[in-house]
Amino acid sequence: MRMVEEGDRKLYPFRPYVCDGMKLDTSGLESTAPVFGIGNEFLSSGFQMTPSFQLPSATDFEGFQKEAIQMVKPAKGTTTLAFIFKHGVMVAADSRASMGGYISSQSVKKIIEINPYMLGTMAGGAADCQFWHRNLGIKCRLHELANKRRITVTGASKLLANILYSYRGMGLSVGTMIAGWDETGPGLYYVDSEGGRLKGMRFSVGSGSPYAYGVLDNGYRYDMTIEEAAELARRAIYHATFRDGASGGVASVYYVGSEGWKKLSGDDVGELHYKYYPVVPAASVEHEMVEVGAA
Amino acid sequence: MSIFEYNGSALVAMVGKNCFAIAADRRLGVQLQTIATDFQRIYKMHDRLFIGLSGLATDAQTLYQRLVFRHKLYQLREERDMKPETFANLVSAILYEKRFGPYFCQPVIAGLSDEDKPFICTMDSIGAKELAKDFVVAGTASESLYGACEAMYKPDLEPEELFETISQALLASVDRDCLSGWGGHVYLVTPTEIKERILKGRMD
Repeated sequence: MRMVEEGDRKLYPFRPYVCDGMKLDTSGLESTAPVFGIGNEFLSSGFQMTPSFQLPSATDFEGFQKEAIQMVKPAKGTTTLAFIFKHGVMVAADSRASMGGYISSQSVKKIIEINPYMLGTMAGGAADCQFWHRNLGIKCRLHELANKRRITVTGASKLLANILYSYRGMGLSVGTMIAGWDETGPGLYYVDSEGGRLKGMRFSVGSGSPYAYGVLDNGYRYDMTIEEAAELARRAIYHATFRDGASGGVASVYYVGSEGWKKLSGDDVGELHYKYYPVVPAASVEHEMVEVGAA
Repeated sequence: MSIFEYNGSALVAMVGKNCFAIAADRRLGVQLQTIATDFQRIYKMHDRLFIGLSGLATDAQTLYQRLVFRHKLYQLREERDMKPETFANLVSAILYEKRFGPYFCQPVIAGLSDEDKPFICTMDSIGAKELAKDFVVAGTASESLYGACEAMYKPDLEPEELFETISQALLASVDRDCLSGWGGHVYLVTPTEIKERILKGRMD
């Protein structure tokens, strides 16, 4: 260790203690203007506006974090999609949760109902997605009470993106789409735990997303009917579950229109396959290489 | 992810009354991506002897070709088919040849002896034989298969009952595994005939 000289001390006169108390500073998350009236203890009592989490007091925080992340990621493989079309937004997802190669559940709700006009989709860590969508739901409701109007999809997605950005690098795993209907019409945003937030007409998230995009991009037209859009969404999910080992279970389809969201269907993919391809051809199972005869 | 789980597989063999059944899934994947759903994992050595090769598909095919070669040489020299026990010894020896650079396969061997006595056995990738009287399993769905077989298996089943049992065990198991499934393939072997059946299954 090098002895500190006088000159250094002058250059850095103030060295704050970084690890004092080891508690995450979340004060930056508090909205500058309180969403409800000052001193309204009735509304705010019982829960904090922004949850704060204790950080582990480990000497090797980064290493500890890396190991811990691996322990809390069950819902990894997923296919979710959403797209805007003439009559609103169509949202669809599969329902499989896997841990490595093991299928831990075939009946996960990956489309989260934030409020009657807004849906969120779940890809990545199940707990992270569920918790922060619930948290977003609370914030949206409080916004509604304070401002006497529903929050826009733009606003809600930004709320979530800002929270996720403040936890960037700490191991949150969220890949979500916020879809809904507000006074500006249909809205769709992609938000992830790396802090990204994208506005778009068409998104797919998860390990099965490349397959879903293939079907979606091929069949998408802006002026589809609601029935056509629902079928496109369902087919895209089905094809993703077929090719992607980590996606499967039930293909659920939601529609968000001016009247709010509505669940249109929830089809077991096991049955959907034989509906789409009723006749299973008695294919030859011969895979041997046949030697070419001498010419 | 282990190289044994690169392609994904589920393999099971069961013993019945003077008969046996061997079944496998039909998926060939590259990690989570499904490439084919009509893949062959069970091979027929002769009319009463089958081998299923779980694990890395490329090694399974190579190993199979070597086994066919050795089996044909045996047939030519001895002018008879190999007994299941003998074949198991051959497979074991071929696997141990590659002790320090093994084929990434776990074989399941099932056959009927000349006295119509069923024989099943499995091995690890370097040829350690594991003989069983009831059932053997291998592949990425092996844990699920152990559970399903343990619950469903009964001794001395008639051929058609055995077919039902092995099929249900296979389909139930692969539904809990991301890397195997997409249909099933069953061989039911009795002293008089071989029945080959393709099972419909969940395609996700």
